[in-house]
Amino acid sequence: MDATGLELIAQRVREAVGDDAVTDTSFHREEAMIGIAPVRVHDVLEYLRDRDAEPWPYLMSVHGCDYLPDEPRLGVHYQLLSMERCDRLGLKTRLGVDDPHLPTVIDLFPTADFQEREAYDMFGVVFDGHPDMRRILMPEDYVGWPQRRDFPIGGEPVLYTFNESKYPRWYD
Amino acid sequence: MTRTPVEGDLRVRQLRAQQMLRGELAGRDLDEFVEERLLFTKLETAQNWARKNAIFPLGFGLACCAIEMITVIGSPRNDLARFGAEAIRFTPRQADLLILSGRVSIKMAPIIRRLYDQMLEPKWVIAMGACASSAGMFANYAVVQGADKFMPVDVYVPGCPPRPEALIYGIMKLQDKIMGNPDMGWRERYQAYGTEEREAEPPRHEGGLEVPRRG
Amino acid sequence: MTDPLSVPYRERERSVTMERMGEEPVSGTEATVEGDLHDELFTINIGPHHPATHGVLRLLTTLEGEVVRDVKPIIGYVHTGIEKSCEDHQYWKVITFVERMDYLAYYFNAMAFCMAVEQLLGIEVPPRAQYLRVAHMELNRIASHLFAFATGALDIGAVTMLWWGCRDRDLVLDLFEMSSGQRMHPRYIQVGGVMEDIPPGWEQKVRSFLELMPKRLDQYLALLDRNEIWLRRLKGTGIVSQERCLELGVTGPLLRATGHPWDLRKAMPYSSYDHFEFDVPVGTVGDNYDRFKVRIDEVRESIRIIEQAVDGLPEGPWITEDRKVALPPRHELATSMEALIHHFKLVTEGFRVPPGEAYAAIEGPRGELGCFVMADGSAKPARVHMRDPSFVNLQALPEMAKDSLIADFIACVAMLDPILGGVDR
Repeated sequence: MDATGLELIAQRVREAVGDDAVTDTSFHREEAMIGIAPVRVHDVLEYLRDRDAEPWPYLMSVHGCDYLPDEPRLGVHYQLLSMERCDRLGLKTRLGVDDPHLPTVIDLFPTADFQEREAYDMFGVVFDGHPDMRRILMPEDYVGWPQRRDFPIGGEPVLYTFNESKYPRWYD
Repeated sequence: MTRTPVEGDLRVRQLRAQQMLRGELAGRDLDEFVEERLLFTKLETAQNWARKNAIFPLGFGLACCAIEMITVIGSPRNDLARFGAEAIRFTPRQADLLILSGRVSIKMAPIIRRLYDQMLEPKWVIAMGACASSAGMFANYAVVQGADKFMPVDVYVPGCPPRPEALIYGIMKLQDKIMGNPDMGWRERYQAYGTEEREAEPPRHEGGLEVPRRG
Repeated sequence: MTDPLSVPYRERERSVTMERMGEEPVSGTEATVEGDLHDELFTINIGPHHPATHGVLRLLTTLEGEVVRDVKPIIGYVHTGIEKSCEDHQYWKVITFVERMDYLAYYFNAMAFCMAVEQLLGIEVPPRAQYLRVAHMELNRIASHLFAFATGALDIGAVTMLWWGCRDRDLVLDLFEMSSGQRMHPRYIQVGGVMEDIPPGWEQKVRSFLELMPKRLDQYLALLDRNEIWLRRLKGTGIVSQERCLELGVTGPLLRATGHPWDLRKAMPYSSYDHFEFDVPVGTVGDNYDRFKVRIDEVRESIRIIEQAVDGLPEGPWITEDRKVALPPRHELATSMEALIHHFKLVTEGFRVPPGEAYAAIEGPRGELGCFVMADGSAKPARVHMRDPSFVNLQALPEMAKDSLIADFIACVAMLDPILGGVDR
C-alpha cells in the first residue's frame, strides 16, 4: 500500500457509497488511514469487505480514541486486514461527545462483538444494533466512561510519614 | 519446646532401644530413657507448630504473580511441599491461607472478600506482589489501592512479581507469625527513630507531578 | 400430583432423558420449557474463582444435563486500566505497563508497543538488536507454550505435566534473568532496540537449553500423546470451522489448528524474521488435539529460530544510535556534553514523538498482538490500545462449547489458552 493506492481506494469508496462517506485520507509513516463519516460506517465496511476489487475480509481491531482537545472528540478506529495481499487498512470516524452513536458492524464482522462493547464501556460510544450493549470490563453499574481524557486517572496519593496525617485511611 | 539430646552414638542407641523393647530396662535406666525422648511444651505451641507446618493454601491466582505462585507450588526447583503447604485446596472452606497474587481490580474485590469470609478460622492472608500490597504501579481508577483496604493482610511480599524465593520467604515469615514470633518492624529492630520525612516544600514552579486525590 | 416415590424406579429413571419430568420441576433447576423438546436448562456460574487455573474468567454456562448449550464469558475481573495509565507516563515507562498486560508473553507486548513507536518516530533498529529481540521473543514463546501445556494438562487431569512444564519454564526464566536481570517483565525490549547487550556465557546457556528442549518435548509426547485418556479428551472436541474462526477474528494457534497457515512472522515479517528459516505448523481438523499439537510443533520451530538467531548474531549496537531516543552509553557521559544533555532530557522528560497514529501487529503466542499508538507530539502517548489476541479468541469459546459435554468444555478452555491479563487489560 502506498499513498496513491490509498487514494484510489478512497476514490472507489466515494464512488460506491457516496461522496460524503470519506472525509479525509492520510498516509503517515506507512500507516494508511481513511476517515469515514459516522453514519456511513456500515456501508463503507460492507463495500470494502464484499464489493471492492481488492476486498478486505477481516476486521482485526475496533477501538476508541479520545482526541481531546480536538473536536469532534471521540474517534473509533477499525483495522482491516487482507490476508491475500498481506496488507492493512485503517478506518476512522469522529464523533462528538454528546450522544455518540455508530451503527454496529457485528453482522459483517462477528469479531466486533466484544470490541464494540469495550469501546462502549471505555468511551461511551453506543453501537446501534448491537445485541448486547453493556459494559464488559468495568462493573455493570459503573458510572462514567473511564478512558475519556477528562476522566480522572483515579488512584490516591502515596502516603509518606510527612503527609499521612493529611490523608486519612479508611479505618480512621 | 525444650528437649534433652539423646546421648551416644547410633549403635549404643540401637542397643538401648532393643533393651527397652524387650522390657529389660528398669528403674533409673528406664527413667533416663523416657526422659531423653520426652518433649515438654505448651499445648498452644504444639498446636501452632502443627498449624504452621501444614498450611493449606487456597488455589487462587489473579494475574502475573499467580504465575510465580504456580511456579512456587508446581516447579520442582522451589516447591512449597517441603514447607508442608503442598495440599492446595480450591474451595475456601477447606483452605487456610489466601495468597492474593496479582492486582485486585474493583470488580474482583467483593468476590475476594466473599472468599475470605468463607474461609474458616484460623486463616491468614499473604499479599503477594506490589499490586496486592499497595496497587503497585497501577494508581488508577480500576485497581483497589492495596488489598488491606478491604481485608486484613498478614504478610506483604514486595516485588513485581516477587521471585519464588521471595514468596517462600514470605511464607516462612508467616510461619513465624503463626508460631507467635512475629518479626519486629524495621524501625524497632534498628531503633530508627527520627528518620521520618520532613514536610515537603511546596513546588515553586508549575508542572509538578500532581496526583488527584480520590478522583 | 402423584408422589414421585410411588412411581417404580425404572420409570423414574427415564426422567433424566429429554422427556418431560412430570409437573414438578427438580429442585434447584430453572426449568424452562422450550418448543417441543421440553428441555430443562440449568444456568450455572463457573465463577471467577474456579479450579481451572486460567485466571479470573467467569463463565455463565447454560447446561442441559451434562451438555453445554450456551456459554457467556464475563470478563473484567483483572481490569487494571493499563491503557489509561499509559496516557499518563512517558513512552519508556509505558513499556513496563504494557508488559504486564498479557503476562505470559511479556516480550511480545513490549515489542508490539516498541514497533508502533518506532514506526511513528521513523527510526531503524540495528540488526543485532533485531536478532536479540527475535531470540528473546522466541524463548518467551517457548515459555508461554510450556506454561500452556502445564496448566492445560492440569485442567484435563495430567498433573505430571504441570511439574515438567514449570521445570522447563524455569530454565527459560533463568536465561531471561541472565540477560536482563528479571525473570518476568524484564523491560528488555526498549524503543530502538534492546536495553542491554547479552552477557558472556548467555549464548552457551541458550545452546545447552536448545539441545535439551527437543528431548523434553519427546518426553512430554511420550507421556501425553500415547495416553488414551488424553487423546479421547482432546480429539474431536471443540471443533470450530476455519470460516467461523476467521469471521470471529481468531488468530494464532487456534486458527492454524483449523488448517489456515496465517502467521505474521511469515506473512508480514518484522524484525528480520525473514532471515530465518522455519515452518508454520498447521492442523487439519481444528479440534483441541490439533491445537495442542500445533503448539508442540511451534516450540520445535522456535528452537530452530533461536538456533539460527544465536548462530548468526551480527555485531553492532544493541540499541539505536539516535541519542534523542535512546540513552547514551555511560562512558560517553564523562566526555561529551551533548550526551549529558540527552541523558538528562531523556530521563526527566523522555523523548517526544511527532504527532501520528500507528498500528503495529506481531505474532504473539496466542495470536495477533497489535498495538495502536496515537502520539500528539508530547513525551507521553495520547492513546495506547493493545489489540489482545485472547480478548478476541475468547469470542470463539461459545462456538467451541456448543453442544459439548462439560468435560470437553473444560478441555476447550484449557486449549484456548486465554490469558486474562490480556483480555481485561
